[in-house]
Amino acid sequence: MSMNRETILNIVLAALLIAVPVIAQIMGEPFIITLATKVAILGMAGVGLNIALGYGGLVSFGHAAFFGIGGYAAGILASHALNYEPIMEAPFEINGTTQMIVIWIVALIASALVALLIGAITLRTSGVYFIMITLAFAQMIYYFAISWPAYGGEDGLSIYVRNSFPGLNTLDPISFFALCAAMLGIAIAFSAVLIRSRFGLALHGARQNSQRMMAIGIAPFRVRLVAFVISAMITAWAGALYADLNRFVSPSMLSWHMSGEIMVFVILGGVGRLFGPVAGAALYILLEHLLGGMFEYWQLPLGILLLVVVLFARGGLIGLLAGERKHA
Amino acid sequence: MPEAILSLSNVTKQFGALLASDNVSLDLLPGEIHALIGPNGAGKSTLIKQIAGEIKPDSGDIRFAGRDINDLSAVERSRMGLARTFQVSSLMPEFSVLQNVVLAQQSVSGKIFRFFKPVLSDASLLEPAMAQLERVGLADRAHMRAADISHGERRQLEMAVALALKPRAFLLDEPMAGMGPEGSKRLTGFLDGLRAEAPILLVEHDMDAVFALADRISVLVYGRVIATGTVDDIRGNEDVKRAYLGEEA
Amino acid sequence: MFSLFLEQLLNGLQSGVMLFLMASGLTLVFGVMGLINLAHGSLYMVGAFACAAVAAWTGSFWLGLVASLMAAALAGALVEMLVIRRLYKRDHLDQVLATFALILIFSEGTRWIFGSFPLFLNVPEALSGTVTIPGGSQYPIFRLAIIVAGLIVAAGLFALIGKTRLGTRIRAGEADREMIAALGINIDRLYTVVFALGAALAGLAGAFVGTTQSVQVGMGEPVLILAFVVIVIGGIGSIKGALIGSLLVGFTDTMGRFLLPIGFEAFFDPASATAIGSALASMLIYIVMALVLFLRPSGLFGTEA
Repeated sequence: MSMNRETILNIVLAALLIAVPVIAQIMGEPFIITLATKVAILGMAGVGLNIALGYGGLVSFGHAAFFGIGGYAAGILASHALNYEPIMEAPFEINGTTQMIVIWIVALIASALVALLIGAITLRTSGVYFIMITLAFAQMIYYFAISWPAYGGEDGLSIYVRNSFPGLNTLDPISFFALCAAMLGIAIAFSAVLIRSRFGLALHGARQNSQRMMAIGIAPFRVRLVAFVISAMITAWAGALYADLNRFVSPSMLSWHMSGEIMVFVILGGVGRLFGPVAGAALYILLEHLLGGMFEYWQLPLGILLLVVVLFARGGLIGLLAGERKHA
Repeated sequence: MPEAILSLSNVTKQFGALLASDNVSLDLLPGEIHALIGPNGAGKSTLIKQIAGEIKPDSGDIRFAGRDINDLSAVERSRMGLARTFQVSSLMPEFSVLQNVVLAQQSVSGKIFRFFKPVLSDASLLEPAMAQLERVGLADRAHMRAADISHGERRQLEMAVALALKPRAFLLDEPMAGMGPEGSKRLTGFLDGLRAEAPILLVEHDMDAVFALADRISVLVYGRVIATGTVDDIRGNEDVKRAYLGEEA
Repeated sequence: MFSLFLEQLLNGLQSGVMLFLMASGLTLVFGVMGLINLAHGSLYMVGAFACAAVAAWTGSFWLGLVASLMAAALAGALVEMLVIRRLYKRDHLDQVLATFALILIFSEGTRWIFGSFPLFLNVPEALSGTVTIPGGSQYPIFRLAIIVAGLIVAAGLFALIGKTRLGTRIRAGEADREMIAALGINIDRLYTVVFALGAALAGLAGAFVGTTQSVQVGMGEPVLILAFVVIVIGGIGSIKGALIGSLLVGFTDTMGRFLLPIGFEAFFDPASATAIGSALASMLIYIVMALVLFLRPSGLFGTEA
């Protein structure tokens, strides 16, 4: 029964996410479209984290690193292209680009490489060590971005014109929203397929019982590492979109606070639930907007609310509305 | 004498002051059930863990299928065909009974990193997994969560998972533990037939089962093998009577 | 050059000692209660703000210092009794999230009360001069004083853990949670005391560091993450590991920032040398951490991974 309820809830969520900006477009409220775009992008970052955190049980507190890498991929490539400065000249010339597709590919590759390195070190540990070390490595990249002056250092990097996508006017809010929503859809569809695949079964298994995994001849480390890399890539992809949404990228995208927020989306929505991160991001941004409008120090009530959710309402929003998680 | 599939020579393991394995040498021949018995705390499970590669012996050699496996990990040993069951059922509690076996089946197929095809519509995994469940008599429980089946059924599922691995040798750590007399009897019959498939190193407290099944028995006391022999040898052995059977008789 | 080097060494020592005050409380809470507490940096901030506010109000740094200890310990005890206590049996994810929420509450609450502008703490009159260190340069007496004070507190902590009844209980709690119950010790109170003790140490560090830097919201988190690095290097639950780790991180960070840009001048022009050197220096402690992890996944003095 609750599987059904969750499916219905997911459909309602998806419909709302699409309907709200469409109505806003008709009513001429571009700001609401921007908010919805933000929900789609941050939800997508959470969908990425959910693969590691929800399905793999890997409490990564460093996903801002990947979110930021995606953002910087967009920022750096665009700034080179807009300033007509090649990224390198010898031995061959590499130029920047304003094509989102190229930027995404770069973001995916760069984040995969970094995640492979960080994962190879951090996944040798578990529990609190894993949490602290993922946080520490993300912080390392954060400080690197701050102290490396070539791309704005602490001040960040502006993207003067939003990058382009074939056949689409990305500067038009509703078109850009459609693009982001489509990417979110791809990420959700991919994770839905992934968790039902052979790999998904192994990942679920590694979370439940490492000893058993080894006894049946599957090394949990490799399964987790691949999950960690996939998870990082999706979050980085969202990061590239986020930089384009704001037309700006700065070290704050890499900060521990960002890692915490992405984690909050996942948990507010419901850990290991397909649409959990989207529900969580929507709730978070709604609260930010509503509370922020009433009270300058809106993070105070947000913190209290979050505390209440963790202490008393486990299972997040989806859990609250659709019942306990089931494994089929 | 045929060549042993598994052999331990002078395996020693010490935990602080406790000598858990003291120069243990034993082997497992093709087609046999070799029972390992001994009082609680004799170091039987520790020995199984060393054979399975979960803990490393301080010294001594373990050979399996003609190969020195001292430096192989638990994963590599499992992949070589050494299947173990756990004394305390160690399953994937959130998975269905079928999923538990499918995961093992997947490991044998060697194809873990497939990201798209739904695993539960993959006949190449489901059919053999169902077949194993049928063999142990759990087919009607296939879609229940492993956490929700009875204790005895969990023991059967442990067996099904081990069978799915198509191993060259079984390491069974107290497979009868906590089973009723009816279940024990059924499992005894089952193991009797299984030895033709692959030899079994059987740690068991149920002496009826051991005497009914074992081709050979080794008696472990304080980490040391004090006797190895046929059922009759062991029944007649004075040391064993004193050290072990005597306590119960 | 030599005196500059010596000055940097002292700065490294100071940063190491302050880190130890943070990390020791954090590692105790890890070791005894098995809890990951992100809000430890908030207690550091509470100490700094309490010191700054009381010092400004009374004009006495010393009263401020007492206030920092008391405010942080009180905040720690309160938080433990209201929130943390409910988290011991939860998984790490819940602990991370709940203590993240506490950070939001503490930071935003502090901003509400004190505003967004940084406060400044003046060095007490008696310790405001400088001394000449070997090589001829001047070093602030106050910095030397907090190094000494930090070392005294560290020694006191070692004595407390090693020699007192409370210390025995704490060690028993690390070894075996059921044992302390069997010994008839009130676990709830023990946990509150340990938490408040860790909080007081963090608050003290906040007050000290607040005097050399500015006192502002968010000051705790960078230190918290450094303290995590310390604990990863030293091993969870080990006070000795926390000490060694703190000094290692303090020296590596300070000396790296000082020496790397100079070192790179041999290869690059001064501007790029500074850029590359400082970028690399900012990553140095994490590289050290990765190396330690690679060699000893459970840290230098850790027992389990």
